[in-house]
Amino acid sequence: MRRLFVILALLTFGLLTFALYEGMVAAPTEQTMGEVQRIFYYHVPSAVTAFTLFLINFVVSIIYLARRSPRVDALAVSTAEVGVVFCTVVLVTGPLWARPVWGIWWTWDARLTSTLLLWLIYVSYLILRRYSTSGQTPVIAAVLAVFGFLDVPFVYLANRLFRTQHPQPVYFGGPGSGADPRMTFALLMNMAAFFAFAALVVWLRFRLERARQDFEETQALEALLQPDVRSPR
Amino acid sequence: MSLAEITRVSLAKDLRLEWRSKDAINSMLFFALLVVVIFSFSFDPTAEESRHIAGGLIWVAFLFAAVVALNQTWARELRNQVLDAYRVSPAPANALFISKAVGNFIFVAVLETLMAPLFMVFYNLRSIGPAYELVVVAILATWALVANGTFFAAMSIRTRSREVMLPLILFPISIPALLAMVSATTAILTGEGSARFWVVLLAVYDVVFTTVCLLLFETVLHAE
Amino acid sequence: MSFSSSPANSTNANLIQPTASSAVSLSHVSKIFGRFAALRDLSAEFAAGKLYAILGDNGAGKTTLLRAMVGLAPPTRGTVTVLATEDLRAATAEIGYMAHPTLLYEDMSGMENLRYFAALYGIRDDQPCQHAIHAVGLDPALTRRVGQYSQGMRQRLSLARALVHDPKILFLDEPFSNVDVVSAREMVHVLAHMRDLGKTVFIVTHQAALLQGVADEFVCMAAGQISARTRDLPVAQERSAPPARTTV
Repeated sequence: MRRLFVILALLTFGLLTFALYEGMVAAPTEQTMGEVQRIFYYHVPSAVTAFTLFLINFVVSIIYLARRSPRVDALAVSTAEVGVVFCTVVLVTGPLWARPVWGIWWTWDARLTSTLLLWLIYVSYLILRRYSTSGQTPVIAAVLAVFGFLDVPFVYLANRLFRTQHPQPVYFGGPGSGADPRMTFALLMNMAAFFAFAALVVWLRFRLERARQDFEETQALEALLQPDVRSPR
Repeated sequence: MSLAEITRVSLAKDLRLEWRSKDAINSMLFFALLVVVIFSFSFDPTAEESRHIAGGLIWVAFLFAAVVALNQTWARELRNQVLDAYRVSPAPANALFISKAVGNFIFVAVLETLMAPLFMVFYNLRSIGPAYELVVVAILATWALVANGTFFAAMSIRTRSREVMLPLILFPISIPALLAMVSATTAILTGEGSARFWVVLLAVYDVVFTTVCLLLFETVLHAE
Repeated sequence: MSFSSSPANSTNANLIQPTASSAVSLSHVSKIFGRFAALRDLSAEFAAGKLYAILGDNGAGKTTLLRAMVGLAPPTRGTVTVLATEDLRAATAEIGYMAHPTLLYEDMSGMENLRYFAALYGIRDDQPCQHAIHAVGLDPALTRRVGQYSQGMRQRLSLARALVHDPKILFLDEPFSNVDVVSAREMVHVLAHMRDLGKTVFIVTHQAALLQGVADEFVCMAAGQISARTRDLPVAQERSAPPARTTV
C-alpha cells in the first residue's frame, strides 16, 4: 500500500510539473489578454475538480444514509475537505484574473456568486462536522450534504437573471469558439494533473480518517476497561 | 393513529405551550422590531430609495427573527428530554416535523402581520405593483424559511453550541430562496418587471425541500 | 394496577435459565459514542414475565443498556431483539420507558401530559390516563402544572407516562431517585404487581435493597458488560446500598 502510494505520488508530481511547463511555457500567449490568461490553466481544472469532489460527496452521503458504514463516512469527509480547498483556489484565482482583464476584483455575477455560495455551503458542512457531538456526526453531516447539493440548481437559477460577465465556455461554445491546439493540450494536461493530485490527497485524507476512527474506537474500549479512579464497591 | 391526527395533537400541544409561555413570539417580535429600527437609523432612505431596498430589509429582518423562534421550538423538547418520549413511541416522525413546521409558520406569519404595518410607516412604503401578490410571496417565502429552518434546528440541537449552529447551516442553504423572495418583493414594490419567475422559483424550492425534509426527518430524529 | 393488590411472592426455582419466551435478547452488543464506549460485546437473554434489577457503578453502562433495549441508542455492533423482532420501531407500542429525566412538559398539568403521550400511542379516551395516574397514587383532578410538582410527584407521573399504553415490557431508569422511602416502596409494589400480571420489568437502580425479595434476578454490570446475574441481592450491594435513605 505504501509503495503504491509513493509511486502514484511520484507520477502525480511528474504530471503536475509537465502540465506546469505546458501551461506556462509551451502554450502560446493569448492575443488580447496576454500572459494573465495562463491562470486559466489552473482556474478551470480547480473548478472542475472541486465540482467533481462535491458530486462524489453527495453520492457517498446518500450511500452512507443507506448503509451507515464508517468507511463511506470517511470518504465523505475527505472529499468535502479537499473540495473546499480546490473551490478556494477557484475563488482566489478568479479575482486575480478579473482585476487586470475586467478592471474589478469581484462582481455579483451568476457564476461567481454560485461558486461562492457552493463554497459557503460546504464550509458550513465542515463546521457542522466539527461541532456535532461525536456519535451523530456522520448522519447529521450526510443529511446536510444532501441538502447542500440539492441547493446547487437553485443557486444557479436564482443567479441566472443577473447579467453574466463571466467568459462563455471556450469549448463547445458555438461559432468562433475553440482555441490553439497547444492551449487545449495544456488545459487537458492540467486537468489530468489536478485530478490525479486531488485523488492522491483524498486518498491520504481518507486513510487518515480511517486511522482516526480506529484509534478512537480502541481508545474508547480501553478507557472502559481501565481500572476506575473511583474505588470499586 | 394517523399522521394527521398526531400532527394535530402535537400542534395543539405546541400552541398551548406557546400560549402559556409566549417565549417564542415575544422574543421574536422584539428582535424584529430592533432590526427594523436599526436598519432605519443606519440607512435613513427616501421613499423612492426605500422601495428598492425594503425587500431586502424586510426579509433579512424576518429571517433573523425566525431563527429565534426556530431555536425555541426544539429547546422546548429538550428540557427534561421530552423528545425521547416521542422517540420511543410508535408515533410517526413526520407528524412531529409537520406540526413543528406549521407551528413555526403560524408564529412567523403572526410576526409578519404585526411587523408589516411598521415597515410601511418607518420606510414610508407604498406598493406600485399589485400588492396582493405580496401575500402570495409572503406565504411561499415564509414556508421556505420555516420548513428548512425547523429541519435544520432539529439537526443543530445535536451539536455543541446549538443556538449558534442553526444560522451557520441554515443561511447558506437559504440564500437562493432569500434572493428569490427579495427580488420578488422588490419587483412588486417598485412595479419594475414581473415577479413571476421568482414566485415560481420559490414554489419549486418549497416543494423540493419540503419533500427532502419529509424523507430525511426520521433519520435525523432517530440519529444517535 | 392498584396499590391494594399485594406483591405476590414469585420466587420460583430455575429463574435464571433462559426460556423460550424471551422478552429481550442481546447478542454481542457494543455501543461506542465517538471516544467513549458504554457497552462492550454484551450478550444476554431476559425471559418474559420477570422483574430484573440492573445494578452497577456509575459509568458501568446501565443507562446505555436500557437505551439500547428501547431503541434510543442503536448498538454500534451486534443486535438487540425485543419481543422477537430486531426492528425495535415495530415493538414501540409494547415498550414503556421511564428515563432519569422526567420526559414531561413542565408547563402542562399531569393529565394534559398524559393525554398528549397517550395520543402518541393512538389512545384517545381518558380512561387509560385516569387509570395510570391512579395506579401511581396521584390525583387526576390536579390542575397544577408539572413544574410546580415535588420531585416525588414528578417521578410518579413519569412512571404513569411509561404505563399509560399498558406495555408488555417496562424499562425504568432510577425510578426511586429523590423519592421518599414510603413512596419508593409503594412504587415497588406497583411494579411487582405489574410483573405478576405477566409483564417484564427492568429497573436500573442504586437502591437495590428496595427490590430485595421482589426482583426475580439481580443483573450486575461493570465496564460495559454484565459481570454477574444472581437470584439474591449481591452481598456487596446489600452493604453499600442501604434502603432508600435519599428523600426529597
